Amino acid sequence: MYAYDQFDRQLVSQRVAQFRDQTQRYLEGKISDEQFLPLRLQNGLYIQRLAPMLRIAVPYGTLNAEQLRKLASITRKYDKGYAHISTRQNVQLNWPKLEEVPDILEELAEVEMHAVQTSGNCIRNVTADQFSGVAADEVEDARAYCEIIRQWSTFHPEFAFLPRKFKIAVCGSASDRAAVMVHDIGLQIVKDAAGNTAFKVIVGGGLGRTPVIGSVINEALEPKHLLTYLEAILRVYNQLGRRDNKFKARIKILVRAMGAEAFKADVEKEWAHIKDGALSLTDEEISRAQSFFQPPAYESLPQQDMQALALENADFARWLQHNTHAHKVAGYRIVTLALKTTGVAPGDVTAEQLEVIADLGERYGFGEIRSTHQQNIVLPDVRQQDLLALWKELVELEVASPVVGTLNDIICCPGGDFCSLANAKSIPIAEAIQRRFEDLDYVYDLGEIELNISGCMNACGHHHIGNIGILGVDKKGQEFYQISLGGSQGLDASIGKILGPSFAQDEVPNVIEKVLETFVSLRQPEERFLDTFRRVGMDPFKERAYA
Amino acid sequence: MPKIIKDLNVVEDSWQVWRDTESLPTSGGYIVPLALWQAHKDALLALGDIAVFLASDQSPKLLGADINSFALIAVDFPKFADGRGFSYGRELREQHGFTGELRAIGDFMRDQLYFLKRCGFNSFALQSDELDEALASFNDFSDAYQPSIDQALPIFRRR
Ligand code: SF4
Repeated sequence: MYAYDQFDRQLVSQRVAQFRDQTQRYLEGKISDEQFLPLRLQNGLYIQRLAPMLRIAVPYGTLNAEQLRKLASITRKYDKGYAHISTRQNVQLNWPKLEEVPDILEELAEVEMHAVQTSGNCIRNVTADQFSGVAADEVEDARAYCEIIRQWSTFHPEFAFLPRKFKIAVCGSASDRAAVMVHDIGLQIVKDAAGNTAFKVIVGGGLGRTPVIGSVINEALEPKHLLTYLEAILRVYNQLGRRDNKFKARIKILVRAMGAEAFKADVEKEWAHIKDGALSLTDEEISRAQSFFQPPAYESLPQQDMQALALENADFARWLQHNTHAHKVAGYRIVTLALKTTGVAPGDVTAEQLEVIADLGERYGFGEIRSTHQQNIVLPDVRQQDLLALWKELVELEVASPVVGTLNDIICCPGGDFCSLANAKSIPIAEAIQRRFEDLDYVYDLGEIELNISGCMNACGHHHIGNIGILGVDKKGQEFYQISLGGSQGLDASIGKILGPSFAQDEVPNVIEKVLETFVSLRQPEERFLDTFRRVGMDPFKERAYA
Repeated sequence: MPKIIKDLNVVEDSWQVWRDTESLPTSGGYIVPLALWQAHKDALLALGDIAVFLASDQSPKLLGADINSFALIAVDFPKFADGRGFSYGRELREQHGFTGELRAIGDFMRDQLYFLKRCGFNSFALQSDELDEALASFNDFSDAYQPSIDQALPIFRRR
């Protein structure tokens, strides 16, 4: 993974000093609440319903064991002994004290971490496929480019006060695990006929109040132009994005209003001024970035037959099938630790678990750990021969629920239990659904289903792109839930359609059950929920749900 | 005379901002709105030293060929959260080659000085009683990743 040099280190420590001074001036009354707001947000600090919330950056979801141990110790010292993995691969603390945040940032800096631009109207932490560098279906590792983008966007002087937040995702695999179609900018790595790397540039996708699938404005951008092209897009957006209405301020609204072609023309006009300028990437810089993401010292191992491994034990077999993925190196497997224990908020992880996971990352791999936007944790490099032993340890640790990719692998925002913007609670809904569908055989029979829950329109739980989406709404002061079907993330992304009038909290598990029964009765063999929905449409689901 | 920050020093300054878009000032020494300039160029030039300011929805492109005739161009920030002016600063310097005084006016704050400077601003009518203290914010960072006005090369070309 990327390692800081003196330059990166100095910048992060100057950031800590800057924020310490700003916090001090705020506490002395020299900075107003209004002025402090963007300053603290750009350091990840929200003032929440119950306490502040600090969002710590995990650039493109990559962590090492030392960082995990530091996070564990920070949650003990400054918080309540647990952390939360967000839907953008970041780590959140729900109970820090405002005055102590500079100290937390200082401790994070010791392990090359920070909370820079994890919130606010700026370029946010760039995200990537959590299996980057190890996925069997990878075209090219996205991480070197993510790091290049991270550095360019960090403290960018021109783009710290954009109309609205700005999210960039990069995907280097054939199957999109980074949701590139629904980001402000999505970059899909492709290869041209000659085998050269290029980026398909997608702009103006997004979730929130107005979900939109992005438009491709460049089919194949050469890597050396990556930063100048991004800078041109941002410059157009910074000047033309709406600032009169916060709900219309995202780039998706601008692209839609102008039309993708006209937007592209403006970008190219701006680009002409800087293309081939100092910001053009050099081959040396691309190689330098790539040098940090070279494959670790894999052993040459025989590829083992997964079926044979599965014979060991039925529970192990289930886990193997659902929580592990194909690795590009023979004899290795990617393992997902499910932070989806029923009764615990999806994505929550305790200090003890973090420490054990750090050890496991070292013992069963090369010390690298990933966070995912499905709010799970990944050990990317596990030898197949170690899978059984690892599984036993994960069971002990309660992170072995064999539910990855199933109905019970729920994505869920913090919702009304923590978030001051919420219309409704989301965590208890996740729990109620997990309790209703405890029968794993039934869950497996349903196959691949994504169920995503957001507590309000801001859509942090990505409900629009869940095959089943649940959105908290406010109905005359009561918490209600709107259900949508047919959303999906991948390269054929689609926005879910609303089933009908919203439901009270206690009705939700019943409705989900009816939706699933409808699916089971209509599915063709081996058909996924999404495919059935696309084939039969909304009507049968609607009839059953409101019968 | 009011004080401003110019070229990293606190100095007295005699320019005044004229916000009226209908009637003209009676002497020079004013920074006037773009619309007034466009409508009364000759009359304004006859008054003596005149500068112009851009509102946040007025791109420098609207100044056309006049850009390099000004000793001073100001960019008005209606709210500190409105960051369009950062792009205008870079455009004036990088695309139009403006070398005169580039001043930030309106509602911006001390904690934006470092970024404003990087975007080409060199004078700041900062609304604060603590201008001397505010100078410290120019040193928030000693270097940067990106190329901009104060550093032509990105760090990756200097590493
Ligand atoms: S979706 Fe709404 S309730 Fe949930 S975390 Fe985001 S802002 Fe808060």
